[in-house]
Amino acid sequence: MEKHPSAAAYGYGPESSGAAPNRKPSRGGGGGAAAGGTGSRQPSVETLDSPTGSHVEWCKQLIAATISSQISGSVPPPVGLRALRDGNKQAQMEEAPRVPGETIKTIAKDVMYICPFTGAVSGTLTVTDYKLYFKSLERDPPFVLDVNLGVISRLETISLQIGENNRGIEIVCKDMRNPRFAYKEEQSKLEIFETLTKYAFPLSNDLPLFAFLYKETFPEDGWKVYDPVAEYKRQGLPNESWTISKINSSYEVCDTYPALLVVPTSIKDEELRKVASFRAKHRIPVLSWIHPESQATIVRCSQPLVGPTDRRCKEDERYLQTILDANAQSHKLTIFDARQNSVADTNKAKDGGYESESFYPNVELNFLDIPNIHVMRESLRKLKEVVYPSIDEARWLSAVDSTHWLEYIRLLLAGAVRVADKLESGKTSVVVHCSDGWDRTAQLTSLAMLMLDSYYRTLRGFQVLLEKEWISFGHRFAARVGHGDENHANSERSPLFVQFVDCVWQMMRQFPSAFEFNELFLITILDHLYSCLFGTFLYNSEQERVNKEVHGKTVSLWSYMNSQVEDFTNPFYVNYENHVIYPVASLRHLELWVSYYVRWNPRMRPQMPVHQHLKELLVLRTELQKKVEELQRDVASSRSISSSSEHGPSPSHTSTPLYTTV
Amino acid sequence: MFSLGSGGGKSAKPSFVSYVTPEEIEPEPEGSLQEKSPEFLPGEVVFCSAKRILRCTQDDESECSVFGTLFLTNFRVSFVSDAVHSEDTVQLFKNKLYGENDIPLACVDQIYGDYDEKKKLITSSQVKNKYPSKIIIHCKDLRVFHFSLLCVKEEVRKKIFQGIIHHILDPKSLKCIFAFSYGEKAAPVPEVQRKQKTLMFETAEDWAAEMRRTKGSCKLVEDNKDFQIAQRLPQFFFTPTSVENEDLQKYQGRGVPIWCWSHHSGCALFKTAALPIAQEESTSKVQKAYVESMLNAVAQNHLYSVKTVDLSDALPNIQDIQQSYNKFKQNFLIDSIAEFWMSDVKWFSTLETSRWLSIIRQCLHKAVEVVESLERENTNILLIEEGGSDLCCVISSLVQLMLDPYYRTLVGFQSLVQKEWVAGGHNFLERSNLLHQRDKELQSPVFLLFLECVWQLLQQHSPAFQFSETYLTVLSDSINVAVFSTFLFSTPHQRATIMKAELDTGTLNIPPVWQWSLQFDCKAQGFFINPLYKAKSKQEKALRKAQRPKYTRQLSLPSTPSRRGFFKEETDNLKKMLRVKRISRWMQLPDSVQACVREFYSVWQRKPLDYHGLLLPCLDWPAVRLWTQRYLRWIPEVQILGGGDVAMLNKVAALVREVQELRTEVDRQVSQADPSLESPLVFARSSVRLSSSFPFAAARVWSFRPAIPISIGDSQMDLGQLASRDDEDTDYQ
Repeated sequence: MEKHPSAAAYGYGPESSGAAPNRKPSRGGGGGAAAGGTGSRQPSVETLDSPTGSHVEWCKQLIAATISSQISGSVPPPVGLRALRDGNKQAQMEEAPRVPGETIKTIAKDVMYICPFTGAVSGTLTVTDYKLYFKSLERDPPFVLDVNLGVISRLETISLQIGENNRGIEIVCKDMRNPRFAYKEEQSKLEIFETLTKYAFPLSNDLPLFAFLYKETFPEDGWKVYDPVAEYKRQGLPNESWTISKINSSYEVCDTYPALLVVPTSIKDEELRKVASFRAKHRIPVLSWIHPESQATIVRCSQPLVGPTDRRCKEDERYLQTILDANAQSHKLTIFDARQNSVADTNKAKDGGYESESFYPNVELNFLDIPNIHVMRESLRKLKEVVYPSIDEARWLSAVDSTHWLEYIRLLLAGAVRVADKLESGKTSVVVHCSDGWDRTAQLTSLAMLMLDSYYRTLRGFQVLLEKEWISFGHRFAARVGHGDENHANSERSPLFVQFVDCVWQMMRQFPSAFEFNELFLITILDHLYSCLFGTFLYNSEQERVNKEVHGKTVSLWSYMNSQVEDFTNPFYVNYENHVIYPVASLRHLELWVSYYVRWNPRMRPQMPVHQHLKELLVLRTELQKKVEELQRDVASSRSISSSSEHGPSPSHTSTPLYTTV
Repeated sequence: MFSLGSGGGKSAKPSFVSYVTPEEIEPEPEGSLQEKSPEFLPGEVVFCSAKRILRCTQDDESECSVFGTLFLTNFRVSFVSDAVHSEDTVQLFKNKLYGENDIPLACVDQIYGDYDEKKKLITSSQVKNKYPSKIIIHCKDLRVFHFSLLCVKEEVRKKIFQGIIHHILDPKSLKCIFAFSYGEKAAPVPEVQRKQKTLMFETAEDWAAEMRRTKGSCKLVEDNKDFQIAQRLPQFFFTPTSVENEDLQKYQGRGVPIWCWSHHSGCALFKTAALPIAQEESTSKVQKAYVESMLNAVAQNHLYSVKTVDLSDALPNIQDIQQSYNKFKQNFLIDSIAEFWMSDVKWFSTLETSRWLSIIRQCLHKAVEVVESLERENTNILLIEEGGSDLCCVISSLVQLMLDPYYRTLVGFQSLVQKEWVAGGHNFLERSNLLHQRDKELQSPVFLLFLECVWQLLQQHSPAFQFSETYLTVLSDSINVAVFSTFLFSTPHQRATIMKAELDTGTLNIPPVWQWSLQFDCKAQGFFINPLYKAKSKQEKALRKAQRPKYTRQLSLPSTPSRRGFFKEETDNLKKMLRVKRISRWMQLPDSVQACVREFYSVWQRKPLDYHGLLLPCLDWPAVRLWTQRYLRWIPEVQILGGGDVAMLNKVAALVREVQELRTEVDRQVSQADPSLESPLVFARSSVRLSSSFPFAAARVWSFRPAIPISIGDSQMDLGQLASRDDEDTDYQ
């Protein structure tokens, strides 16, 4: 791996690149651009062109921050490759940096990368078991493209003829880009495609995911971030109405739920089992969040198995009544079914369905009209066509509109606002479900919780939220993302989590000072959703993760992120403690997340580093405070008059808090 | 469809029902109400008033509808609520001339009447004897008012309605504009003394000072002092040195290159009104020779280079702009909640079909093209347009904003508007149709378009601008107040003669808009300052001065022989100029203009960004945004409570303030007291309680309940097959 002076990693300052005379960032290679080990942040070309520009400062921060830590150690090249290295200076300089545990699988010289923005460039392509790394010294600074293999959705050979190059590969990525390579068909390069396929889809080739090979250590242990008991305790649980049940401790009641569940105290285990058999995938209604004042709760579950014959389940009906009774402030219970009414009806015919208001007294059922995972997948696919590789200048707005992506974001936010409002203003408990209760349900409950609870808007709190609502409650990450699996056409894949993070970003835009974390934090999470570098998002359920010993054998994403909190902190953060924030679910306030979806386009580089300005001000303030103090000390000592503290309006600014509290 | 929870039976289509039926109306309380009236301005005269007017909010469920009295004066329509206002809502940002329930007559955009629950646009001719139950007023600053007349006595209703219609819709003479009655009575307001003053460009000195500042070398023309040359030209202006005095008179000043600004390399920006198209060949020949001599004159200003940019061909004309804006603004003039959510679904498509944002892009693009010629090629530029005072003003001002950091300061910007727009002869009077002419062909929001472009620059490069978004919004509102001399006249001649005549009698005092203390107190003016602005430090200034000569040398070093030859060769082509053919670019074919500008931008983008140097806007679509503060501030559904940029700016402002205090503290102790600069206002301690419309609409009480979209059904979501599929392909057994 490249050598990264840690200063560069944390560098919001005049980091690296400026100092190097040849415009090459001091951390060697194409550091400025290389999306580094995480393979993610990859303004490849673009940043490379201009590592010194202050426009790119923000980008560089994005990059620097992501590469930094896990790439801290440089690994000596394996012996087998040394010969090649020694014999060829070019190859040596174009060699790929590696993360601990990463091994080089193949190296091919004279490969051409066909950059959609700056044209073709020739260099060396390295494939490791973690990433694909292309570096060219043709340009100054060197051009680097770094794509982690986890992000690859599909590999295709394409026919082309550019000079001698008659073989081509198109790499369709999950993160909105399709890099293309061309090379000459010859002995030394025959294995490129095969090697790529093998390591891009390890599970389909009986190989382990790279997270199990990754050997980095971090000062923080991310696996300790989420402790369900501590989190429930923070919410004031258990209390007289709710208890932490161990009924699922061996995942017998529901294999996609976590071991610990919060259920009404008065419900017996026997009844719980009955309820489980009446709910799809046995996902019974369990508490996600409780309002600290009104005791109104967010409860999540899957659809009831009502079926075409309108089956009833006495225990389920009593169960919901108990949830209603647990909240003295309201004599109603609201169920939000995320689906469209018509789709719920279709499900009914297939033995699913929804709660009938006539069987569940005091229950009010609302449909939120959110389309299913297939619609979302299609929407993001269209969005990719719109933003990559180039933007249709003439029809941008209608092109974005035609993807419906923002329309669905709006629906989700609107749904979550309704949930939050029901709790906050209506003081009413809500039950949220879709079909299985692991996709739209997770989106809605976690968004509502973000609105209601300022804890989840902190760095740690957000991690807890993800660990709890998404990971422990069995959002099927493996199925939705398809980690290491070559079946790209699998209809279970869908960008539901991306959509959720987009919603969070939209909230962040509307409330720029309500979140402790910044945009980079969200982008980094999304990059590692795919990268398979960390164990955090692997597998479909807690049970699977326990079986695969994920905690013991892989590193948590939070280990990395919490080891460099500074990079992910929003300088504008003001603690909105106990304030509910309602985003406006109107398209007039929603915007395409350009710095995520369109980030590969060099022209879409972020423009205004406002936060940079703020950081400078903070530094300036500290300097001035010091100066004032010094001067006061001088004055005090020279005059030796006791009342020196009267001199300044704010004489003792010893600490410079980054946040203010409301 | 959503079932709407408690509010179940709400209709989803827009309706203009009157929300109160006559039976519900309580009997008028007998004389219990004190006569309330707005605080009238000097020279303001009440025409009529009507009590028991019900002001309805767009939200039919809300209890915010209030009774009150409607006043019609020669300045405004004013609604004074009967409700006893606890004056605890301290309005930080209060306009002293008109409140949030006042509509200056010039600010009215359209009036609609509610006739038997049908909304009809009212043009004055319609008024016969049927009076609507409700008046809906759409304002140019995008407020919407609904006044129900149901409880008003028949004759009063007639009077107030006819009065409003007459005074707002019927053509009037210039002297009837409120500014004149106001100007007679109002005492001059002492303006806050700033260190720098806005240059008004009414005197030769101002022009000369500007020429000195930009280090240009052109010839001052004083022949138009009494408008002998043309009424639409400023009294003083600069032309290239070689323009002969007799040339000036030939076509009433048309075709004469008027100096706008000089680049530090020596090349300069000029603008001119195009010559009328000659019918006969003989005149046409003479014209051509004239045009050629003018071009020669421009070329001789610097390095024998000139490039003409014909804006009439390249950009939409004023009617296009007006049409586009008309469509665009409909997105924000919302009559009911249902209408809002209906339009929300179609947001992107209506935004696109209005083309407003794309016109903004076109203007910025054209400006960047000109900037490129000045900055990279050091060519003299001549902007040409039919009148020479619409798009010429837009483009020349934008070019100067991008090139010259001085114009990005508050005073600099105001001077720029004075130079290019006011002295430059922009026809404010007719563009804003202040006199309500039936023929609306001349009406067009050209100045607003310019402000929009400036806003785009501001939002992309915030630290480069000393003034804030709020300043631009207020400036755009001020066009429609009809009090300020700045926006009152059609030509410099009209301005000078009227102002001078009145001045002679010593009674008239029509202030320019720059007298901000007329509208806002000192504290509120703090909102005009952008907390993100990075003022140039003295150190930087010194550094820059030292560097500049070298820089200039390098840049202006021409490839002399080739360029001269080039010029000669092309002179013949030039003869075809002006109205004949647009030659805005010689080196490249017009198709490649886009690519060339792109390249120029990306080269610039790669350099370290200097907020006090050249500034270019990113023109790619996602970077061009909606000016949310201006357009969304009055719509309750889109207020972000506790959010919006204000939350962020507040934090920066507080920090800037703190740094400044520390600095003064240090200076005080080192005893080098330096009077501190204008500082941004720290709004309030807690941004949690502010909404995204801040500082506007502060008097309004926003609901703390979130706005929940009304579902419009799934008609526009054509999801096809996918939607009916299961998430997992499994059955539930």
